Amino acid sequence: MSPVFTPTVQQPSLALRALAMPYRYIKPKLGILMGLFLMSATLSYLSPAFLTTSNLINVLRQVSTNANLAFGMTLAILIGGIDLSVGPVLALSGTLAAGLIALSGLPVWLAVLIGLACGTLIGCFNGFIISRTGIAPFIVTLATMQIARGMAYVYTGGHPVSCYVDSFNYLGGGYISRVPLPVIYTAVVFLGMCFLLYRTRFGRYVYALGGNRNAAVYSGININRVQVLVYSIIGFLSAVSGIVLCSRMYSGQPTIGNGFELDAIAAVVLGGTSFSGGTGTLGGTLLGVFVIGILNNGLNLLNINSFWQLVIKGVVILLAVYVDILKKRGKNAR
Amino acid sequence: MIEKILRMTGICKSFPGVVALKDVDFDLDAGEVHALLGENGAGKSTLIKVLGGIHPADGGAIVISGEPVRIRSVSDAQRAGISIIHQELYMVPELTVAQNMFLGREPMLGRLPMVLDQGKALGAAQALLDSIDMAIDAAARVGDLSIAQQQMVEIAKAISFDSRILVMDEPTSSLTTKETEALYALIERLRQRMAIVYISHRMEELFRISNRVTILRDGRYIGTRETANTTSDELIEMMVGRKLQELFTKTATEAGEVVLEARNLCRAHKLQDVSFSVRKGEILGVAGIVGAGRTELMRCLCGIDTIDSGEILKDGRPVVIRRPSDAIRLGIAMVPENRKEEGLIACGTVGFNLTLEALADFMHGWWFDAKCEGRIIADYTRRLSIRNASPETLVDKLSGGNQQKVVIAKWLASRPTVLILDEPTRGVDVGAKAEIYAIIDALAHQGVAIIMVSSDLPEIINMSDRVLVMFHGRKVAELLRKGLTQKLIMKYATGDTQ
Repeated sequence: MSPVFTPTVQQPSLALRALAMPYRYIKPKLGILMGLFLMSATLSYLSPAFLTTSNLINVLRQVSTNANLAFGMTLAILIGGIDLSVGPVLALSGTLAAGLIALSGLPVWLAVLIGLACGTLIGCFNGFIISRTGIAPFIVTLATMQIARGMAYVYTGGHPVSCYVDSFNYLGGGYISRVPLPVIYTAVVFLGMCFLLYRTRFGRYVYALGGNRNAAVYSGININRVQVLVYSIIGFLSAVSGIVLCSRMYSGQPTIGNGFELDAIAAVVLGGTSFSGGTGTLGGTLLGVFVIGILNNGLNLLNINSFWQLVIKGVVILLAVYVDILKKRGKNAR
Repeated sequence: MIEKILRMTGICKSFPGVVALKDVDFDLDAGEVHALLGENGAGKSTLIKVLGGIHPADGGAIVISGEPVRIRSVSDAQRAGISIIHQELYMVPELTVAQNMFLGREPMLGRLPMVLDQGKALGAAQALLDSIDMAIDAAARVGDLSIAQQQMVEIAKAISFDSRILVMDEPTSSLTTKETEALYALIERLRQRMAIVYISHRMEELFRISNRVTILRDGRYIGTRETANTTSDELIEMMVGRKLQELFTKTATEAGEVVLEARNLCRAHKLQDVSFSVRKGEILGVAGIVGAGRTELMRCLCGIDTIDSGEILKDGRPVVIRRPSDAIRLGIAMVPENRKEEGLIACGTVGFNLTLEALADFMHGWWFDAKCEGRIIADYTRRLSIRNASPETLVDKLSGGNQQKVVIAKWLASRPTVLILDEPTRGVDVGAKAEIYAIIDALAHQGVAIIMVSSDLPEIINMSDRVLVMFHGRKVAELLRKGLTQKLIMKYATGDTQ
């Protein structure tokens, strides 16, 4: 073989790369994009109310909570874990923030900070236990799920805490021109998470850890730290959603967030993230969030009984994931 | 003329975008061991999968004992008397040997449905194992058996199907020397009752046990040779399709100052009092049989395991290595033994894997330098001639040789001063082997100290400046390049120090 070590740089022309890039990112998502489009087209045909600005803004606001949780859940599933505690953590953080303002009279900014810290700490605890004890993430977060829910009830004695403070209520109920603030938060979260996952070492470590734990260890990656960080981020995002929700409802409700973890997981899976870890994208999760959100919105607009809505949602998730698997199988025929 | 047991003619198989087999012929005589040889991607596995009904052929004919058969599924193949022992063993570790052997066709108790006759299965399984002189308890849990024993169970299972054709795909790739010998002996006995197709990379092995060798290259049939009338050079040339100039590249290098020194390293049950040193630009070979403590020593040097006592000196200064990141910071990198389990993120791309050790070069906290990333990827892809791959290719889709080059490139990107290579050419085809040797040689020239653990003696002898031989966790010999022979190394490696 000729001399091995003469570095040269060769790259395709910039124009070519600029053209190829977007398609490369969109291609694996063509299926779900088509599904989303078909669903929207059908809905706008069936219900004149669907394709109106106010309804679409409504959809955006409705999906913002699930989006925050699902972005965090994407990280957990990417490293081969899961976080079942997002719903209760959301309830606890929101209730805590509302309660500190209404019951203890703390200034809004401080209460919100404490709420955020509370969520982050529980996430940190999850990550710490998972990485140090080796207990399965499913079990650990199942336990913290109970703990957080219990603590939310304990804090308020099981009752909702009303909180009518304008500055607090503005956090979740305010608008910038016609865009609700929660939608803006979610957009910021999305961009921030994309940056973290695709532009930092931490992001690479997430994929490495999920793809091959041993190789990650051998590569000198501190996998404990990565896990703690991932679960802390999830806790933080749950807290953000919880505070926003409570602010919008003028009260801290210890019962909210029931089943939120399942919607988040469904969105992640719809978005094509592999449950065994290592592959998946935030963009996919965002699409998954929209599928679930538009489905919910559409079924409401069509006045379909909410019990049936559950059934339909379940069937859609099964079908969508199955189609995804068929597609992958076709690709891996060799 | 004696009728052939198996005759495959004109076998074709395409996958979307790839022609995997084109017009391949293969036949089997009764009682012979017929080896199938070829580089990775040459079509050996596909041919076997066609025979086993995993991938039905697109064209061609299969005739078994004079009767044309159609093999469209695995059960067709089983009915035709074909058993395949895959490289990865497909057994349930939680079940017993007997349960595994009769998986899916368990004997039932009387006419009651769903009630298994465990005793009958156990007896039948034990009888089968005894019939091939295997000292394996049919009631043992498969997970408790060694890989070699599991393989024997697979063979016994194949016999229980009354197979006439047994296919073994790289059966010795994870066996120790002793286990390999036992397998050879078993094959010798098996050929009385069935014909055997044997796939292997190891040349010595083919000469040892096969009657004929068929060579495939790029999905085509190249030729068949009587093993007795051929040489390994001829086979290699048929395999790679070109004159093999010289497999090993080893240009004399001048060793510089000592870069890494180990003094009296100990680790409970694994290492006893191991001392050695390696110099700048030197290739230190580490030989020994499986379980001699070679990999354990390397794991301690790069912080995956820790030493109980002893001292490690880097550039003359004592250092403490507790975790892999310590070693990496000191410039010690290791290309591990099992690239799939320990080296690669299989679902990641080439670019992702290549840059994993160089992230700090282009990700400075919040600042991401995409140009620099592209430069690193392009640079190493070229330097290690990783072919048929763009940075976006999943490493899973690469050949073994290219995968190994990706792992080496990944560690080179951390700019090590000491590079540890554990079995650098295992499961790699001949062409890629030659390239990897050239890379190792070039690195030594650049002044990297190289520690090469290998069970491939020709590799050790031809590449090393100095050889360390280990036995039972101890260093038993340190030999110079001059006068090295396989026999000498094996003498020490087997603990024969007289």
